[in-house]
Amino acid sequence: MGCGTSSSMKDKKSEKALKAALVIQNWYRGHSAQLKTRQRYALTIFQSIEYADEQGQLELSNFFSFMLENYTRLLEEDSELVTHLFDSNIQDKDRQDYWVLIDVPDSYCGPRLQFPLTFTDIDLLIEAFKQQQILHAYYVLEVLFETKKLLQQMPNFTHIKTSPSKEITICGDLHGKLDDLFLIYYKNGLPSVSNPYVFNGDFVDRGKNSMEILMILFVSFLVYPNDLHLNRGNHEDFMMNMRYGFTNEVLHKYKLHGKKILQVLEDIYTWLPIGTIIDNEILVIHGGISESTDLNLLHRIERNKLKSVLMPPIPIDGDHATEKGNKVGTTITARGIRTNGSLSEQLTKHEWEQVIDILWSDPRGKRGCYPNTGRGGGCYFGPDITSKILNKYQLKMLIRSHECKPEGYEICHDGKVITVFSASNYYEEGSNRGAYIRVSSGTPPRFFQYQVTRATCLRPLYQRMNAVESRAIRMLKERMISQKTDLIRVFQLQDSSKSGKLSVGQWAFSMENILGLNLPWRSLSSHLVTTDKDGNIDYMSSFQDIHIQKPVKEVQSTLIETVYRYRSDLQIIFNVIDSNHSGLISMEEFRSIWKLFKSHYRVCVDDSQLDELTERMDLNKDGSIDFNEFLKAFYVVHKFDKLSKSDTKVA
Amino acid sequence: MADDRDREGTEIAVAEFHKKIKEAFEVFDHESNNTVDVEEEEPTGYIRFEKFLPVMTEVLLERRYRPIPEDILHRAFEVLDPAKRGFLSKEELIKYMTEVGERFSQEEMEEMLSAAIDPESNSIHYKDYITMMVVDEN
Repeated sequence: MGCGTSSSMKDKKSEKALKAALVIQNWYRGHSAQLKTRQRYALTIFQSIEYADEQGQLELSNFFSFMLENYTRLLEEDSELVTHLFDSNIQDKDRQDYWVLIDVPDSYCGPRLQFPLTFTDIDLLIEAFKQQQILHAYYVLEVLFETKKLLQQMPNFTHIKTSPSKEITICGDLHGKLDDLFLIYYKNGLPSVSNPYVFNGDFVDRGKNSMEILMILFVSFLVYPNDLHLNRGNHEDFMMNMRYGFTNEVLHKYKLHGKKILQVLEDIYTWLPIGTIIDNEILVIHGGISESTDLNLLHRIERNKLKSVLMPPIPIDGDHATEKGNKVGTTITARGIRTNGSLSEQLTKHEWEQVIDILWSDPRGKRGCYPNTGRGGGCYFGPDITSKILNKYQLKMLIRSHECKPEGYEICHDGKVITVFSASNYYEEGSNRGAYIRVSSGTPPRFFQYQVTRATCLRPLYQRMNAVESRAIRMLKERMISQKTDLIRVFQLQDSSKSGKLSVGQWAFSMENILGLNLPWRSLSSHLVTTDKDGNIDYMSSFQDIHIQKPVKEVQSTLIETVYRYRSDLQIIFNVIDSNHSGLISMEEFRSIWKLFKSHYRVCVDDSQLDELTERMDLNKDGSIDFNEFLKAFYVVHKFDKLSKSDTKVA
Repeated sequence: MADDRDREGTEIAVAEFHKKIKEAFEVFDHESNNTVDVEEEEPTGYIRFEKFLPVMTEVLLERRYRPIPEDILHRAFEVLDPAKRGFLSKEELIKYMTEVGERFSQEEMEEMLSAAIDPESNSIHYKDYITMMVVDEN
């Protein structure tokens, strides 16, 4: 340009540049903040629906009790069902013999374990699973039997000592996400005498490699029983597995021996320790505590008697009323329902509740202890409860898991409670980070965060957010369509002028009233409905992009809707009835169950077409129903979807 | 008469804003104690809902913090690109964003680059970038 550029021109230029930079920075930050908000909203949606489902799960246990009470035919004729539901041990001897007879063909090219196991077996498994190999059922069962034997020797709470040279690593929920376990072992090192671990429950369900995670963890445990600690989570429960995917995974991967594996697992779960105590200072348990948590009692109880959270102890006298609130109780008047040695086979109600609190509770900011209405089990405990219980047992800190956190961990209650969650991308790729904690006496805990990604380079934030958000909205819309009739009823009640329109406030009220998910409806409305220029909502547009596929055209929508809404529950119920895992139940059983189901869940639906429905779906003409096929026919179609049917699962 | 209706209209609007703000607040108030964290280097404080509500209501009523229009954003980029090449080099963008104005942190800079940069030319074609981001906003 040449000399002579005056300094004032330069100033003007840099002033313009400054303003331009500011515009861009402000815009960018606003945009980022919006993205983060959308992520939060999506997470809230996922979480609300997840907890509502958990509530549904606990409701199911009430139904089983109700069913036993009323379905007398079952009691008389099908004692096998009863024993399946409530009985404890088929003899061990029976199981071991079975396993030894399994043959591993020469053609099997998966990993072969050598007992007694050593650290090379851990490596072997990891390498094999990285190549998506499946461990043969023979080895699976061998690992399971050995694990059970060892677990039976463990106390309810393992006491651990650390030192400055021996830190311990605490991991939270993994939920079948194998990549996260690989990452942890890679970043933090394999377990060993100098590198101990605590895995704080919920190893299974939801992710697709629960089996592989269990195998790696159990083998690690067998090799280093004093340095690899496993705590029971609320998903280490065969009833939860039926709803949340692990049962399906096992039966799918192990078509021949899956049932056997599931049986052994049922037992193993009950032998998992309840928690660990580190340096007499830190209590590590899966869920949380309640105001009545009694650690001394918990040390003493026979933990293996708690089969499932959905199997509360049945009172022998008919004197127990169900308590209000979250406690899952029963109102059975038992008359010899149980076959042998009933009383000694179960925990007392008080003991049972103590364990449920440990596995299901969540910390909250509000003081006091309240029933955990979100999940339907355990409680919400406030900072005062934490202080009280920690002081009572001279502890300093509580480390727990059970809740997904965007950053993988969260500290609350004034630093006394830490939540650690180790399944990154739990709800959807990009939804959250995972974390683990390293702890040793005398030093503050150190946190390590990560996020597994399938892509070689991370997609930009806005693309990840779009994916997370669309999936959350899809799930929400599926909830909405499953309650379509009830929603329309409430909408129309408020639409006195029959205009088809409601104010935002009225629409939000209706949604919360029927769906009860405690979501920010006003902020979400733009994703769910169309709004006119006056700001009023066309409420029928709530259902425009989505419908439930009718397996048979002429059947009433309300019946379809009801079966769709309860499909997960029905699948579990059928699975339990079908005690020999044939996949079939008789037409008569189906009708009786449906009748009981309607009555207990108080669904008002005209099911005169139910028979027609089952017949028309060309199910077995011999009077039995393949219930999995039946339920699969009820799925949701998203109008603007490239992948529809293959994407939606029944349970 | 019209005045009354106007006032009533505003009251209803305010009440609706209040509900909307409360809903949004609750999403971030994960401890359910009516406070949200303030993101700072070392979070020292929380914002209480009672304080947040009137401020936010005013912000919404007065329609502050409206999204920045596309053309203004485009002009801002053009100021930084006086030769009108249609792009900024990676170094130029980094220089402006991290040294001038309300400077970006390293994390923010990396975040912006991940979406904005064309890896082959190592530059940001801002017209395309803006179009892509604005579509996403809607």
